[in-house]
Amino acid sequence: MDVHGISILGAALAVSVGAIGPALAEGRAVAAAMEAIARQPEAANTLSRTLFVGLAMIETMAIYCLVIALLLLFANPFA
Amino acid sequence: MTGSPLTTPVVFLLGPVPVTLPVVVTWGLMAAMALGSALAARRLRVERPGPVQTVLELVVETLRRQIAETMQTDATPFLPLLGTLFLYLAIANLSGLVPGLKAPTASLETAAALALVVLLSSQALGIRRRGLWAYLKGFAHPTPLLLPLNLLSELTRAFSLSIRLFGNVMSGEFVIAIVLSLAGLFVPVPLMALELLLGLVQAYIFTVLAAVFIGGAVGTIERG
Repeated sequence: MDVHGISILGAALAVSVGAIGPALAEGRAVAAAMEAIARQPEAANTLSRTLFVGLAMIETMAIYCLVIALLLLFANPFA
Repeated sequence: MTGSPLTTPVVFLLGPVPVTLPVVVTWGLMAAMALGSALAARRLRVERPGPVQTVLELVVETLRRQIAETMQTDATPFLPLLGTLFLYLAIANLSGLVPGLKAPTASLETAAALALVVLLSSQALGIRRRGLWAYLKGFAHPTPLLLPLNLLSELTRAFSLSIRLFGNVMSGEFVIAIVLSLAGLFVPVPLMALELLLGLVQAYIFTVLAAVFIGGAVGTIERG
């Protein structure tokens, strides 16, 4: 297998493995926020703002993996 | 298929300088926003405001309230920067849905420039609000041992801010382009509707994070 084939495999692996962690983390964060809003509906504004910022932070990890995959596919330094 | 999302197409040459599509779109948006704001703010009245002024006041007041809640202080000194950032990002993210245009934030250079603006203005505002020495001392906050890590986090925050915006907007456009090339004409419409939502959410997140960084630098909230 040449460098191109390995790069495509690496890109697929980066996105697929890199999506697992953030997906689990986002699920937990949203579940916790839903529970908090159900308990205290009057705090929904603050909670959802904090949730959005937190989700953005978590999501960044998956986006990093996507950027790595794109680098491997389109701007590979070794190919 | 589609070209690489990491390169930007050159539209024309201005002497020796190549001018790319994001630059053209950005200047077009800036001109449209400046012209639109100038026209909308031409006849402001206290008594019996017109419909345009009412909408304008609603937008500005919502922005001011959100920024004040995030930074837990008076939002007036930060409203010009953060409000312009939000309005520009919202329009720029949605401009990718116009046929023939590409969202300028879907290229890494635009996102990096915006993050650089946030980084430098948070330093400048922090120094102006707290004084140079007090601001620099904030980097050695719990112990001086953490000084390198604090400096590093300042840079990685700006880096992740730009990568987040670029990755989200670009991946949305890229997925639409791939689906369009695989399937028919109307199949990507639900994806474009999702992109409409995601563009606004990304503009909101970028602005809130910028507010958090600036708030941490001027000392109104805990440095995140």
